[in-house]
Amino acid sequence: MMRSDPRALQLNEQGQLKHFLTLDGLSKDILTEILDRAESFLSMGEQSVKKVPLLRGKTVVNLFFENSTRTRTTFELAAKRLSADVINLNIATSATSKGESLLDTLQNLEAMQSDMFVVRHQDSGAPHFIAENCTPNVAIINAGDGRHAHPTQAMLDMLTIRRHKGQFEGLKVAIVGDILHSRVARSELHALKTLGVDDVRLVGPKTLVPEYFRDMGATICHDLKVGLDDVDVVVMLRLQKERMAGALLPSESEFYRLYGLTEETLAWAKPDAIVMHPGPINRGVEISSEVADSDRAVILDQVTNGIAVRMAVMSMAMSGQMQEQQAAGDED
Amino acid sequence: MKLRISNGRVIDPSQHLDAVVDLFVEDHRIVAIGEAPSDFDDCDVIDVEGKWILPGLVDTAVALREPGYSQKGTIASEGRAAVSGGVTTLICPPNTKPIVDTPAVAALIQDKADDAGMANVFPIGALTQGLQGEQLSNMVALTDAGCVALSNHGYDIASNRVLSRALEYAATHDLLVVFHSDDSSLSEGGCAHEGMMSTMHGLAGIPETAETIALMRDLLLVEKSGVRAHFARISCAKSVEMIANAKASGLDVTCDVALHNLLLTDEVLKEFDGQFHVIPPLRSENDRLTLIEGLKTGVINAICSDHQPHEKMAKVAPFAATESGMANVEVLLPLALRLMDEGDLSLDQLLTALTNGPAACFGLEAGSLAAGSFADFVIFDSTEKWLWNHSTRKSKGLNSGFSGEEMTGRVVQTFISGQRVYKLN
Repeated sequence: MMRSDPRALQLNEQGQLKHFLTLDGLSKDILTEILDRAESFLSMGEQSVKKVPLLRGKTVVNLFFENSTRTRTTFELAAKRLSADVINLNIATSATSKGESLLDTLQNLEAMQSDMFVVRHQDSGAPHFIAENCTPNVAIINAGDGRHAHPTQAMLDMLTIRRHKGQFEGLKVAIVGDILHSRVARSELHALKTLGVDDVRLVGPKTLVPEYFRDMGATICHDLKVGLDDVDVVVMLRLQKERMAGALLPSESEFYRLYGLTEETLAWAKPDAIVMHPGPINRGVEISSEVADSDRAVILDQVTNGIAVRMAVMSMAMSGQMQEQQAAGDED
Repeated sequence: MKLRISNGRVIDPSQHLDAVVDLFVEDHRIVAIGEAPSDFDDCDVIDVEGKWILPGLVDTAVALREPGYSQKGTIASEGRAAVSGGVTTLICPPNTKPIVDTPAVAALIQDKADDAGMANVFPIGALTQGLQGEQLSNMVALTDAGCVALSNHGYDIASNRVLSRALEYAATHDLLVVFHSDDSSLSEGGCAHEGMMSTMHGLAGIPETAETIALMRDLLLVEKSGVRAHFARISCAKSVEMIANAKASGLDVTCDVALHNLLLTDEVLKEFDGQFHVIPPLRSENDRLTLIEGLKTGVINAICSDHQPHEKMAKVAPFAATESGMANVEVLLPLALRLMDEGDLSLDQLLTALTNGPAACFGLEAGSLAAGSFADFVIFDSTEKWLWNHSTRKSKGLNSGFSGEEMTGRVVQTFISGQRVYKLN
């Protein structure tokens, strides 16, 4: 089997995106291009005609091996606004659960001559696996793989930060909660570091914040007060109920008491600090209703920005794919 | 039948021999090295000038997959792969289907191996029935049927009481027990070494403590029961220290390491390539270097291939969903020699760990070219460069992290009991 670094796999020979698998290894220029392009799509959403023809005639397949309503819907909306034809496949309840292998499923979909797969999968590295094992002219967009990466979520968070804070240099960012299981936290860490944020703090108990993140350039805080001190941005992560059963935490109430974001604890951050959450939120578990509904929370902006960022990434990857196919055609 | 192997460089750690001398074989055994015995005027001669003559390798871990998993490998296919790699004696694990927990299965494996006429095959029997960790297997009957040791393979025995009694029973009959120290409550669900690489790539980790906690328990129970013990595939720096201490305190234990744990670290995880999914996992550079140090100091007695062939589809999946294991028996020697090229180990240390070292762990009469030994030997071209890929591969297993790589050194002929069982075309 072919072996390649996922970071190299997602770029074409001109260094442009042809897949979007991880933010690890992507340059500041590419991340900025995504944000700039998303910014231009944002204004379009306010117009009465919301479509551009960038993906006209292309077929986008949403391949969701794990259930998700919100992410899938925003990807679908993004693809439709780019004028693509969209097919949604909810494979969590489809063929693979009957013993069909992932590869067999993919080969069937390829035979339908799709142009782009938007993939969510429970296994880390699955989109990378698909990119390596598919015909080369299908663009793969990672919509979340295991604990590994959720690059579009991280980029929509970056867009949200930039729109509220103007720039990245000098910002202090805290990510709070279940870092261990969070693909969002991992992708955000790569994005923040690349875009120039030096002070990224991961906050939570040792069971949820492995020390190894220190080697990735983050500061680890077990005390919320230290973690939130003077920060510009607070990212709260969703706490799954399973974590209590896995003996990672004693209870939701103890977590809330130590790491919950309330008006009192938010006061440790900068007065103009914004609060983000990838959703869906657990009120009273990681965040209080008062904070979630306050004007400090930009959670709904994140959703709007998500459509624009996904349009940006999909259009960039498709154009990178077409350039590569063009180049291959010229060689023939 | 008389045979003279002439002009080769004979390297045999069991005699601390490294010299260009002739080897004389008669009726399955080596009868002399150097000076020809008086009645050897009229014999077949094989001139191997420029080549190495080594004792046949002894590999403590080669899964043959038969019975039960013939889509992955058969006794014939993996036996052929073994001899093409210079392995003349191999020990196979009990995790077949059915499991090697009855004398019939042990006998079946050996009969098929005899029919195939390839490597000498010694099965390990199951320590508990069905490897379930509950009831003891018929250990003595298994041993009488040819099993060289008993093991619960990779299946943790959760009950210390069951394990303790199994060891006492084995000790009663002076049987050898092979341990794969692993606390399954800590390793469960994991697929990679717990560290920066697995954390960054979102792969569930297997902590070092999964091995070391179980190893400490196992050592304490070995001490208490007095059983003879061999620790298979240790992977952590701390394990080397623990075994060194146990040996220093007089405990009768030996251990081995998988070749890939000496050559690779969890650095390879960045490619998400399931070919590198092995259990125990590839660990840190410190672990790797300490394992090599353990070989130098003799704490680790043997290097094995930990050969686990799989059908193609077993590895065609995202990393965590692939089956674990690599199939490297046929390139054991060229891969192991890389450790020498890097200056980590001397040729003598390396070959000890591949021949008389593992033979001694299991009390086998193998791995030596001393006069009187079985004539199991290998002719090796130490300079040939060749590509190891699907067209040169012998194993039915297609799975290895080293596939497609250039190898330096190649087995050209393999003899077992004086009979040639392999010759490179």
